[in-house]
Amino acid sequence: MAVEKLKCKECGAEYPLEALYVCERCFGPLEAFYDHAEHSDPEELRRRIQAAREDVWRYADFLPLEGPPPGPGNRAIPHAGLPVGWTPLMRADRLAEQLGLRNVYVKNDTANPTHSFKDRVVAVASARARELGFTALACASTGNLGNAVAAQAAAIGLSSYVFIPADLEEQKVLATGVYGTNLVEVRGTYDDVNRLCTEISAEHDDWAFVNINMRPYYSEGSKTVAFEIAEQLEWTLPDRIVVPIASGSLFTKIARGCDEWLALGLVEGASPILHGAQATGCAPVANAFAAGADFCQPVKPDTIAKSLAIGNPADGPYVLDLARRSGGSVEAVSDEQIREGIGLLAQTTGIFTETAGGVSTAVLAELARRGAIDPDERVVLLITGDGLKTLDAVRGRFTRRAIAPTVEAFEETFALGVAA
Amino acid sequence: MAVAVKIPLALRPATGGESEVSLEGATVREVLDALFERFGELRERISDEGGALRRFVNVYVAGEDIRFLEGLETPVPDGSELTILPAVAGGA
Repeated sequence: MAVEKLKCKECGAEYPLEALYVCERCFGPLEAFYDHAEHSDPEELRRRIQAAREDVWRYADFLPLEGPPPGPGNRAIPHAGLPVGWTPLMRADRLAEQLGLRNVYVKNDTANPTHSFKDRVVAVASARARELGFTALACASTGNLGNAVAAQAAAIGLSSYVFIPADLEEQKVLATGVYGTNLVEVRGTYDDVNRLCTEISAEHDDWAFVNINMRPYYSEGSKTVAFEIAEQLEWTLPDRIVVPIASGSLFTKIARGCDEWLALGLVEGASPILHGAQATGCAPVANAFAAGADFCQPVKPDTIAKSLAIGNPADGPYVLDLARRSGGSVEAVSDEQIREGIGLLAQTTGIFTETAGGVSTAVLAELARRGAIDPDERVVLLITGDGLKTLDAVRGRFTRRAIAPTVEAFEETFALGVAA
Repeated sequence: MAVAVKIPLALRPATGGESEVSLEGATVREVLDALFERFGELRERISDEGGALRRFVNVYVAGEDIRFLEGLETPVPDGSELTILPAVAGGA
């Protein structure tokens, strides 16, 4: 396997492949580092990927496991767990038409086992946790991650602890508790939950906190979104990708995935232009982008997009840098625009997204309206989670009419002619 | 005035494994100075050359991020808790 070590993104200090996430020298984040010397022939590598099964493990060469992917052939981690990834990339011609564009694609990550992209990162973090001998998974979550951790822990037979803000959408709470996890509802914001979990992880070093001490492994799972998009576009990269931003990890890892494949010759051309999408009620990264700053001032979130409500985003500085270098931007949209975005996507693609997807759809609409996108460009819109998780966002958005069970009542209410 | 300073895991090698240290100081800056006096190695890990906090360091007084308060000049009441944590955790 190609993963070699962990390396500090700030100062370059190197660390072994253990449950470490922060540089002892400068506090910078650690990232997995690979040796791809054996992959000198892109054709061979491409064939290998295409011959593998259709889930995230087809990209195992680019994921931070020391052994083979989990499954029956792996003596160390025989439970494969939930199959994750390889979600549809769908042409969205009706949406494109509405926006005055010609080539819009939706990457529909609601098609994952717990209906969000978080299944990807949890698949990788939980496999690495088992390689390292952990028996409990844990996470600080705004909801989707909790669903994914609780479900994957159940599938592979580990215990789990899911920490969430107490004011989360009921759908997300119920869809986590059902898996038999230890659900901890914290009276506070996600940033409070995250601070608490960072403290707890220091005292429970026998727990694999997927987005704390396992974060260098966890975050690598997000690269598979970029790999799948490239493969589904017949080994090419799109011109632009619109990505919702919470901590910013997904955004940075999509860029990394594209860059890794460009460097190895698996795809050609340029890195995509990246647009980050936030809600105005929690827009620390968009605010910093607009102000020309290279760091984020934390905010107290107040938005219906709770899955993006991180006021103190860990990867904020890297998002700012990548958005600028790619020629992209970080935008913010109002709660009303988010609701409209959910409706627009649903009514032009048949995909029902949670609020985060409403944010990215609204940002795409805003960019198109502003003329920032050439109509011929190929644009990928990332839909990271399912609308069934945030039903309140669409409550009252359409007319509901109940009728008596008679033909007359139907005709009267809907004023239609009866077909012969 | 005694303040309980909570040391993150990544810095415990520099404090001889201590997870909590009791120090004196009226503001965050004074408490951190007292910390650096006791454990010299910590200064360059937490602070940059200009004396500001490194960008991946979060400091909390009684659970609140000092960037919502008065930064390094935030008063630290007697008996309160000052927590130093890495900023790179999380990702909803």
